[in-house]
Amino acid sequence: MYKKGIYTILSNEPLTPAVYRMVLEGDTQYITRSGQFINIELTGKFLRRPISVADYDERTVTIIYKVVGSGTEQMRGMVAGEKLDILTGLGNGFSTDNDAKRPLLVGGGVGVPPMYNLCKRLLSEGKRPTVIIGFNTKAELFYEEEFKALGVDVVVATADGSAGVKGFVTDAIREAKVEFDYLYTCGPLPMLKALYDATDTPAEFSFEERMGCGFGACMGCSCKTKYGNKRICKDGPVLKREEIIW
Amino acid sequence: MVKHYDTSVELCGVKLANPVIPASGTFGFGREFAEYYDLDCLGAISFKGTTRDARFGNPTPRIAECTSGLINSVGLQNPGIDKVISEELPHLRQIFHNPIVANISGFSLEEYEECCAKIDKEEQVEIIEVNVSCPNVHNGGMSFGTQPESAAEVTRRVKAVTTKPVFIKLSPNVTDIVAIARACEEAGADGICLINTLLGMRIDTVRRKPVIANKMGGFSGDAIFPVAVRMVYQVANACKIPVMGCGGVSSASDVIEMMMAGATAVQVGAANLKNPYAAKEIIEALPKEMERLGIERLSDIIGIVK
Repeated sequence: MYKKGIYTILSNEPLTPAVYRMVLEGDTQYITRSGQFINIELTGKFLRRPISVADYDERTVTIIYKVVGSGTEQMRGMVAGEKLDILTGLGNGFSTDNDAKRPLLVGGGVGVPPMYNLCKRLLSEGKRPTVIIGFNTKAELFYEEEFKALGVDVVVATADGSAGVKGFVTDAIREAKVEFDYLYTCGPLPMLKALYDATDTPAEFSFEERMGCGFGACMGCSCKTKYGNKRICKDGPVLKREEIIW
Repeated sequence: MVKHYDTSVELCGVKLANPVIPASGTFGFGREFAEYYDLDCLGAISFKGTTRDARFGNPTPRIAECTSGLINSVGLQNPGIDKVISEELPHLRQIFHNPIVANISGFSLEEYEECCAKIDKEEQVEIIEVNVSCPNVHNGGMSFGTQPESAAEVTRRVKAVTTKPVFIKLSPNVTDIVAIARACEEAGADGICLINTLLGMRIDTVRRKPVIANKMGGFSGDAIFPVAVRMVYQVANACKIPVMGCGGVSSASDVIEMMMAGATAVQVGAANLKNPYAAKEIIEALPKEMERLGIERLSDIIGIVK
């Protein structure tokens, strides 16, 4: 279930020079799972901007976005009190109804945000998640402290070694000798593929694709899976290991 | 006393409570929109372009944003005519009780013929819309709609296998739209639907590559509305058969403008993708817009501009 509503910006602040966190107030009843996304209408833009949900509660939704184009540049300039027209509750999100006890959560760059609410959810279900977050360099690092504040083990990896383990998230798994029985991940495609190859537990991967509508109507973001054609926006963005065709 | 504003229109004997029809390819088979609102407010629904065989379509990315519109190169992704008839149509009938327009596409005359013959047997379908204008598939689709002779040939072949009203959906990517529309009319078409998307292209200047994997795609959205109004006007004035207007419609005012240009019904396309409630909101705004313009019966203004 997903609906359109008007949301009020409570805050919009930088976490790094290019990554911003925006907290919005409004109806969150249609957001039901971690890993779902919202689709934001912007003045002068024909298509909405799909952004993953980092966290939500009864009256607020938090998104973390990277300024990469004119749409997100417009969002960067927004201030508390401004109102946005948003579709919420989009995408399937991650499933947690499995018997995993020690799930591993891996986020890369702007793939980190959906891991935050997922981590909270897994903790509330009595599971013991470990979190690995990967970035190019220390200047891009965000949310290490927020994850630590949840009381979970957090491993940082940077490609240039300026923070945490030097290398990719797959190097961090090896070096930190992380034990896990389930994998959840979101990030750039090469990272997802590397994790797919480097692990063998049950796993869920959150994918990105250029979208039209964001709610399954236009077929713009389709992909082929072992279970047939799927729409990243509606049947995804989360796909399970066994259905993925690279 | 509250005045009654009559929004009903008639397309080849098919009565519509209002002229607003979600355009093919922007509304799937209704499932996604039924989660937003009761579809029975819609005049009719034109379902996703259907071919003989199931298709995935073109490689992604296949969407590019533009000023006041978007380019898509989906390439007729659909489950194929048999699955549409066995699964999508029965479901659509459950969630929608007004006329259904079946949008049929093909890569050969035989394919158009075969699909239309199959859909002819489906009671739920009231109108067949034959797409000879998809810009996103090679060796088919648009190539049939860019010449009067081939458009007429598709029309003849389809008319021979169905008794349902047949609308031919035409491409704007032609030099003489009137000649093509007339050829379809002479070949027995019951109506014309226009316009499909305009062939367009965007380039990612950082990557120095086309935004869309297929390089080019169909441009739709608010930006193409004036082109659509012009072509509807030209065709409505040259043909006796009714016209379904399509292209960039995003408001009740646009609906009325297109009807004044000559459209009997009006399709809403890209606007549905931006706002899932677009078609419903346009329909709800119609009476007020009619009041503002002094229109009591919408059918009175069809082609009123000469």
